[in-house]
Parts: sequence; C-alpha cells; structure tokens
Amino acid sequence: MAIEPVIFWVFSTILVLSAGAVVTVRNPVHAVIFLVLAFFTSAAIWILLEAEFLALALVLVYVGAVMVLFLFVVMMLDINIAPLREGFVRNLWVGIPVLAIVIYELWVVVGEKQFGLDKVAAPAGHAADYSNTKELGSILYTVYMYPFELAAVILLVAIVAAIALTLRRRPQTKYQDPAQQVLVKRGDRVRLVKMAAEKKQ
Amino acid sequence: MDFLIDTWTGLPTVVQILAKIVLIAVPIMLTVAYLTLAERKVIGYIQVRIGPNRVGPRGLLQPIADGIKLAFKEIIIPTNANKALFIMGPLLALAPALAAWAVIPFDEPLILANIDAGLLYILALTSGSVYGIIFAGWASNSKYAFLGALRSAAQVVSYEIAMGFALVCVLMAGGSLNLRDIVLAQQGGVWTWFWLPLLPMFVVYFLSGVAETNRAPFDVAEGESEIVAGFHVEYSGMTFALFFLAEYANMILISALTALMFFGGWLSPFQGIPVLESWFAWVPGMAWLFAKMAVFLFLFLWFRATFPRYRYDQIMRLGWKVFLPVTLIWIPVLGVWIMLGIWPFH
Repeated sequence: MAIEPVIFWVFSTILVLSAGAVVTVRNPVHAVIFLVLAFFTSAAIWILLEAEFLALALVLVYVGAVMVLFLFVVMMLDINIAPLREGFVRNLWVGIPVLAIVIYELWVVVGEKQFGLDKVAAPAGHAADYSNTKELGSILYTVYMYPFELAAVILLVAIVAAIALTLRRRPQTKYQDPAQQVLVKRGDRVRLVKMAAEKKQ
Repeated sequence: MDFLIDTWTGLPTVVQILAKIVLIAVPIMLTVAYLTLAERKVIGYIQVRIGPNRVGPRGLLQPIADGIKLAFKEIIIPTNANKALFIMGPLLALAPALAAWAVIPFDEPLILANIDAGLLYILALTSGSVYGIIFAGWASNSKYAFLGALRSAAQVVSYEIAMGFALVCVLMAGGSLNLRDIVLAQQGGVWTWFWLPLLPMFVVYFLSGVAETNRAPFDVAEGESEIVAGFHVEYSGMTFALFFLAEYANMILISALTALMFFGGWLSPFQGIPVLESWFAWVPGMAWLFAKMAVFLFLFLWFRATFPRYRYDQIMRLGWKVFLPVTLIWIPVLGVWIMLGIWPFH
C-alpha cells in the first residue's frame, strides 16, 4: 500500500480537528496552541505536495515567529472567558445563516465543478533532484518580479506605519547611552580621599 | 562482511532509517552527558578549582551518577499547573534539538536525509524549540517561570532574525540550501572556508547561536539572581533533565552548524597544502568535523566562565541595533561581491 494516502489522512485529520479546536476550546492560550498545531500539520501536507520551501517557510515564519509573539500577548492578557461565551444561543440565528452562506460559497469556488477529479488530474511526482526552492526563486524573480517587489514595498510601508504609530518621545524614561557607558573610566565614578587616621578620643 | 551488508540491504527501509536514527541519537545523548562533565571540569580549571573528581576515576562517572539521580527523583507537578502542557514543555524543547540532526552531513556520503532545503529545515526546527520554554513557563503557573519564558521568547525571536540573515549570506555564498553542497562549495583549504569571506556573519551567527540556546552571557531566561531559575523553576527529576538535555543538544547542534557552514565541515584544514595534505589524508572527514565542533563547544564553556550576564536591554540592543544592521549591510555587499566574481567566488 502506498504510504502517501496514510500520511495525508493522518495529517489532515489532525489539521481539521485542531482547526476546530481553535474555535471551540475555552482557554484562549489553548486555542493559540491548537492554531500552531494546525499550521504545523498543514506544513506537513505541503511537504507531501513537494512544496518544501513553502512548508518550511510556513513553519519558520508562522510557527517560529508570528505565533510565538501571538502566544506572548495572549498569555499576558487576563481574559475573563465567561462574558465571551454569553449570548451563544441569542446570536445563533445570525451565525447559522452566515455559516451556511460561507460553506455554499466555498463549495461554489473550490467545489467539484472547478476542481473535480475529472477537471484536475493528479499531479505527477517529481524526480528526486527536483528543487522546489529553485523553481520558486526563478519564477518569483522573472515572471512575478513586479508583484513581488510591490508586495515587499507594501510590507515596508506597513512596517513604517506601525513604527510611526507606536513611536513617541518619552522624556521621562531614563535612557542610557551605551557609548557613554562604555567610555566611563574609574575616575569618573570613584574618588579616593586621602585623610589622616583619626585617633580615638 | 558480505553477509552483514546483505542482511542490511535486505532490511525494510523503515528499519534501516530507524537504525540510522539510533546511531545518531545515542552518541548525541552520550556527548550531552559528557559535555556536562566537560563543562564543570573546564569551568573548574578556569576558576582554579578541580571540578567533580569523586565518582569513578577522575570523576568520569559523574554524568552517569547525575543521570541516575535525576531519573529516580519525583516529578512534582505544581497545583493549578496545566498538567498536559507542563509535561509537553520539556518534550518540545528536546524534540527539535534532536530532529534537526536528520540533515546534518557527517561526511560527504553520511547524511540521514540529504534534503534540498536542509538549511531552511534547520532554521524552521530550531525556531520551534522556543515553544518548550514558553509552555513550561506558562503551564507552571508561577511568576518566575512565566517571566523567564517571556524573556526567552523575546530573545529567541529577536536573535532568530539576525541568524536568519546570516544564513541567507551562507546560502548566497554556497549557492544552495543543501548543507552538503554548502560544505562542498567551501573546498580548497582554510582560506576558502566561509569564515573568512563571511567573517561578520560568522560572528553574528555564532553569537546568535549562543543567545538562541539561552547560554551565558545571554542566559537571562534562567537569571538565577533575579528570577530564581526562570522557566524551569518548577521542574524536577526527569522533566528538568530533559531541559538540560535540550540545552546541551542545542549547543552541540549550533557547534555542528557553525563548523559546517563557516569552517568547511568534514573538509581537511590541510587541503591544498603540499606536504601536510598527504600526511593527514588518512584522517576521516568525520574526525575533522568533530574536532571543529569541539572547538566551538569549548567556546561555549569559555564564554560561560568568562563573561558576566548581559542586562536585558543590552541583549535587545545587541540583537536589533548591532547584529541586524550588520547582516542587512552584508547581504548587498556579498551580492555585489559574488556578481563581480572576485575571490573566492567564481
């Protein structure tokens, strides 16, 4: 028996269960941890699709950096969970139709009419020396050069905006200039006083 | 001999891979055990002490005694601790440190998994090891542990960026993400190893590695003087031992990676030198790799014995305001360098 379907089903089961747990568990920290698990398992599925660069980048960026900071914030928040869960039944009559519409839209877009087995053939496996990274790099820097650069510039603008929003002068903080600290000599801080020994009275 | 080879090739692939994993993991565990002894001995001699010398001849059985002691100690789980995460913390700290060894080439043909994106795999896995510390800090339900976890998380994320950019330089110079190809690109003797053309990157990478493993002088995550023992303050027995194993396994990993990426891995340092090259031709490549790793491991111990702990704001300053700009400048410099095809890139 081929091992790929087994791997796929194991990881996709974990993925769906953990994605479900993200929105159902009570503790927000647990929800974030389940989200990490969901990212990790979807990376595993991408590896199965021979997209190892994207999979590893997903783990590196989302699991390794974004979710760490996310967890960082959620752990420090003192969230009272009870008010968050109030009105579950009251809002249900809005929620269910929205859910139905979302599922219908998903089905229309990625359903069997567009991506059925007769429409899209199973992708052929690549040889062992196939390099997903090289492939991605060569297409990103030739065909998609301008979109790629544009995305980079937009991200840069976002960084500048975020810094501009949070940057403020805080004159009351006791800022230490490391260059000045390094330059300090003993004579600046310690004063040796010479004095004659005093006698007992 | 033929019989042995036949039996080996007759085994199913899964069994072969498992055997190779055991062949890598068991020596790592032994190295970790004796690295703890080496650390205590080295620091002891640096501080004009003798270090452990009671258990076994010259204290050589000390790590075994420590291991037995830790294995038989009670694992205490604090009240109100999150039990599942509390146990998962140490496991998650150790697992990436061991899993990363899958792509480490010990010699030209000796790799468990010669994957195309090896460097990225290592970066992704080592970035995941911070979860062990965060889980431990949060699940312990203790202020000190939590503070340690937060410090560690911020520190690891900060230094990872500089580390990642240093690795970008390595992959630019090597022209590949595959660790074996990166080593092969350094062929030609000591002067063409990447430590020289990438000298600033080597310094940034190794120091970021020290910071990533939370070793002195970057060990504010433990910070005994302020937060008792940081993230592992509530851990005892085997769970504590796992954190210890993870820290040392990570040290060995960082040493191996530095040796591979900047010091030619298994390549002989006498390559290209007329007489010495043939004299030392009998030395297996693995021996060179281990010798280089030993030097870096010694540096780890030496740092710990020499430097006082950084203040937290200085750690952040070093990561963001020194290392990051250095790497950001070096990437375009290296790009132009490679484009012009000046030594050693042609």
